[in-house]
Amino acid sequence: MPTEYRTIEEVAGPLMLVRQVQNVKFNELAEIELPSGERRLCKVLEIDGSDALVQLFESAAGINLAQSKVRFIGRSMELAVSPDMLSRVFDGLGRPKDGGPPIIPEKRMDVNGTPMNPAARDYPQEFIQTGISAIDGLNTLVRGQKLPIFSASGLPHAALAAQIARQATVLGDHEQFAVVFAAMGITFEEADFFIQSFRQTGAIDRAVLFINLANDPAAERIATPRMALTAAEYLAFDRGMHVLVIMTDITNYADALREVSAARKEVPGRRGYPGYMYTDLATLYERAGRLKGKNGSITLIPILTMPEDDKTHPIPDLTGYITEGQIILSRELFRKGVTPPIDVLPSLSRLKDKGIGEGKTRADHANTMNQLFACYARGKEAKELMVILGESALTDTDKLYAKFADAFEAQYVSQGSQTNRTIEQTLELGWELLRILPRSELKRIDDHFLDLYYDRN
Amino acid sequence: MDVSKGTITKVAGPLVIASGMRQANMFDVVRVSEQHLIGEIIEMHGDRASIQVYEETSGLGPGEPVTSTGAPLSVELGPGLVGSIFDGIQRPLMEIMRQTGTNLTRGVEVPALNREKRWTFEALKKAGDVVEPGDVLGVVQETPVVAHKILVPNGVFGTVSEIHSGHYRVTDTVARVRQENGETMSLPMLQKWPVRVGRPYKRKLSPDIPLVTGQRVIDTMFPIAKGGVAAVPGPFGSGKTVVQHQLAKWAAADIIVYIGCGERGNEMTDVLNEFPQLKDPRTGASLMERTVLIANTSDMPVAAREASIYTGITIAEYFRDMGYTVALMADSTSRWAEALREMSGRLEEMPGEEGYPAYLGSRLAQFYERAGRVIVNGSNDTEGALSVIGAVSPPGGDISEPVSQATLRIVKVFWGLDANLAYRRHFPAINWLTSYSLYLDSLQDWYVKQVAGDWMTLRGRLLALLQEEAQLEEIVKLVGMDALSASDRLKLETARSIREDFLHQNAFHETDTYTSLHKQYLMMKLILLYYDRSIKALQDGAPIDGLVTLPVRERIGRVKYHSEERVDEEYAEIETRLTHEIAGLLEQQEQ
Repeated sequence: MPTEYRTIEEVAGPLMLVRQVQNVKFNELAEIELPSGERRLCKVLEIDGSDALVQLFESAAGINLAQSKVRFIGRSMELAVSPDMLSRVFDGLGRPKDGGPPIIPEKRMDVNGTPMNPAARDYPQEFIQTGISAIDGLNTLVRGQKLPIFSASGLPHAALAAQIARQATVLGDHEQFAVVFAAMGITFEEADFFIQSFRQTGAIDRAVLFINLANDPAAERIATPRMALTAAEYLAFDRGMHVLVIMTDITNYADALREVSAARKEVPGRRGYPGYMYTDLATLYERAGRLKGKNGSITLIPILTMPEDDKTHPIPDLTGYITEGQIILSRELFRKGVTPPIDVLPSLSRLKDKGIGEGKTRADHANTMNQLFACYARGKEAKELMVILGESALTDTDKLYAKFADAFEAQYVSQGSQTNRTIEQTLELGWELLRILPRSELKRIDDHFLDLYYDRN
Repeated sequence: MDVSKGTITKVAGPLVIASGMRQANMFDVVRVSEQHLIGEIIEMHGDRASIQVYEETSGLGPGEPVTSTGAPLSVELGPGLVGSIFDGIQRPLMEIMRQTGTNLTRGVEVPALNREKRWTFEALKKAGDVVEPGDVLGVVQETPVVAHKILVPNGVFGTVSEIHSGHYRVTDTVARVRQENGETMSLPMLQKWPVRVGRPYKRKLSPDIPLVTGQRVIDTMFPIAKGGVAAVPGPFGSGKTVVQHQLAKWAAADIIVYIGCGERGNEMTDVLNEFPQLKDPRTGASLMERTVLIANTSDMPVAAREASIYTGITIAEYFRDMGYTVALMADSTSRWAEALREMSGRLEEMPGEEGYPAYLGSRLAQFYERAGRVIVNGSNDTEGALSVIGAVSPPGGDISEPVSQATLRIVKVFWGLDANLAYRRHFPAINWLTSYSLYLDSLQDWYVKQVAGDWMTLRGRLLALLQEEAQLEEIVKLVGMDALSASDRLKLETARSIREDFLHQNAFHETDTYTSLHKQYLMMKLILLYYDRSIKALQDGAPIDGLVTLPVRERIGRVKYHSEERVDEEYAEIETRLTHEIAGLLEQQEQ
């Protein structure tokens, strides 16, 4: 029976100071029992002599300094895992939320995980076909990658993430597939959208959901992604499944982190976010990947809304430095009615080069990809010039580029949220668009691909 | 020696405070708790020591023991370094994987260098030879390209009394030296050196030889000298890591030390997978056979990240001391600075700008100053060089932040990466208008003597055209292309050719990924040849539209994909073709 302490000295925001404790360890989990008998979880943030600084995962409401009791549990936060987790819904701290029975654990895993040995990583290079041209053709996703969606308020990132979850397949592969979904501080409607979408396609049977809604305690959000990733690690590396993890919204997670940091009176970094936010986010994102000698993989798609659509805000900025690329949604394209409104120029998949080409997609993929990027960039410049100076100011070639840019947005990017294109369809569409331009303009494509594909028809 | 034993009183993340440490020294390595986690003393107050712990501190609590080892954080130097991957405090990651599996657990004790493996040591000195620190006792052929020289350690002067060639483990004695004070030292191949102290050398030399990298925008436009320091700042997605990887692959160095400091795990895996497959253009051997990797990825403990760049540069200095040209890449120094900031915050120090400690600038300067071309210790006056290339990751790509600014005050070469170039898929996305190299003047003689007399002139002309392009583009944006004179249009077209056909370089194309200086020279010449001939033709009445659409221009654009052997031939053919086509154009005009 662990010792109970009635020595809570201070409660301030999500933090609590407990005095005269003994044998308490850093990062240890604790339980606080209110006079009403209700129990809440918390963990040790700092231990100084006999003083323990404790962070609450739930609200501080109702804590009574004189009568509440604190018990230190002697272990860090753990998640009970078993294959029965599939098709279940949990709250942000991993407790069943769907009215079902508790999980009978196969084992308990520390939610903080341990870093992967860089020497033990297996390089992600299996092409995932998402059926979305702007991703498959230009910003290819591969198994084990972490590729965030940078969105902003009011943009359809949820629809895009759901479309990826629905359509993602690996060509010629029938291995077991699972989805782990972590909701952090999003609204009921948004969470429900995902659940309905998983239900429609039957994906719900192979999904594990961790839901922390906007009205759930903010501090709980700090644990939620760790719960989800622990479940994903179990499914991927113990059970050999290919797991797609969708986490939304990272911005809410970072705000919860800032709240705790501010309560601790730490020296803030940019915009009040703690200086260790990079490291903290990295300990989440870096848990994606593949390991040598293990079958499964974790592919991670975090979604974040950029405050004020600003890509240099610390949350998207630090995320971009850790993840292997980003898919950026654009308000301008959204207004034009382009669905999904993926802005392909600033979007990037860092792992695409190893996931495409002969034997994976098609030999001409890399060349056409670079050419489409270059042509679209030049087309957009031509269009900007046209706005200022009128169409007559453009050279004939630039007019073709402008035409290309329009066609590219309308046909290649805007495919709707229900269309599922194979990679061949995406590549053919690319060639069809490139034929708008004369062959001599296509400098980034090797001659023999031009012979093979450009002049066909 | 007194070993200090203390007790933990406070744990806050990677910072542990222990009392009873009066006997310990600043920067001593300590073992924390029963799990023997590795830590380092970074502050002393009375008998209380602040310790940064290089491993995860979950589960530590007050009352647990702390033991000082009495020695500062050191690396092991000797055969077995090349081709290995270490973490920030030089633990061998391959060996750890063999012992503990795919994830890193705590308290693992594995020596950095394999203690069992036997190396073939060939003695170069003989009994009776007088030696001083830095002299080569013998060599071990560590990989087909690296002859690992076994040096007389620092502070050892005397006469070799015994030395034998043979198969030895790193800890076996290979030589004995009778010192001037009469004592005999037994010397194994393995040496230790504290990471925070630079290894000594005789004197520094001026940087007047370039470190050839095979990257056109670097070698031609903004070259780095052997022993020089360069910074690559850029926002995410602008290709910092690809630039660093390209340099690690193709730079003309004998040894590459690559430090992945707080970056992505998969990037290190990429290096581990790819380098063994790639061939060094100079030796034909695999690139891994000259590479040492230090990986402290972003999810690994933050304190070890702080140590990683020192671990890396100490290993680099050790190879420099053998007389090698060493290039060190640190990706990214911003993550190192963040680790520094995190520890500083936990120590409750008064913060400087943006929360970084006030000593950020001086620490960075100390690190970069360990680079240089030097005469190394030893009686032979051998030359060695250590170049350092640091990536910087400024938040939002804005280089007005403290880490970028502190770095720019030190480095001589600035390769500014530009997100807009990256969006246009112009790689390497090094902005030619903002980047600079302060080594140009000192390298001028070398280029003139070794490559071509007019190298610097041609380079100057290219850069001038690019600068004029930037100005002309402003005009075009205001009044349109039609308002430009024919010669200005030609300038724009030539500048486009410089950008697309010369500066743009595809790292993933097997030929384009590396360009020799000779080929770079010919490519420069071709573009300017087109420009000069066209200007002349324009004066002779040729139409601008005809000049812009000359078929030969496509061939100029494809020179980069031609192999090194064919490039002279191709140059001659293009020159003939150009003369011919311009003559044709003028003839047409006359009719």
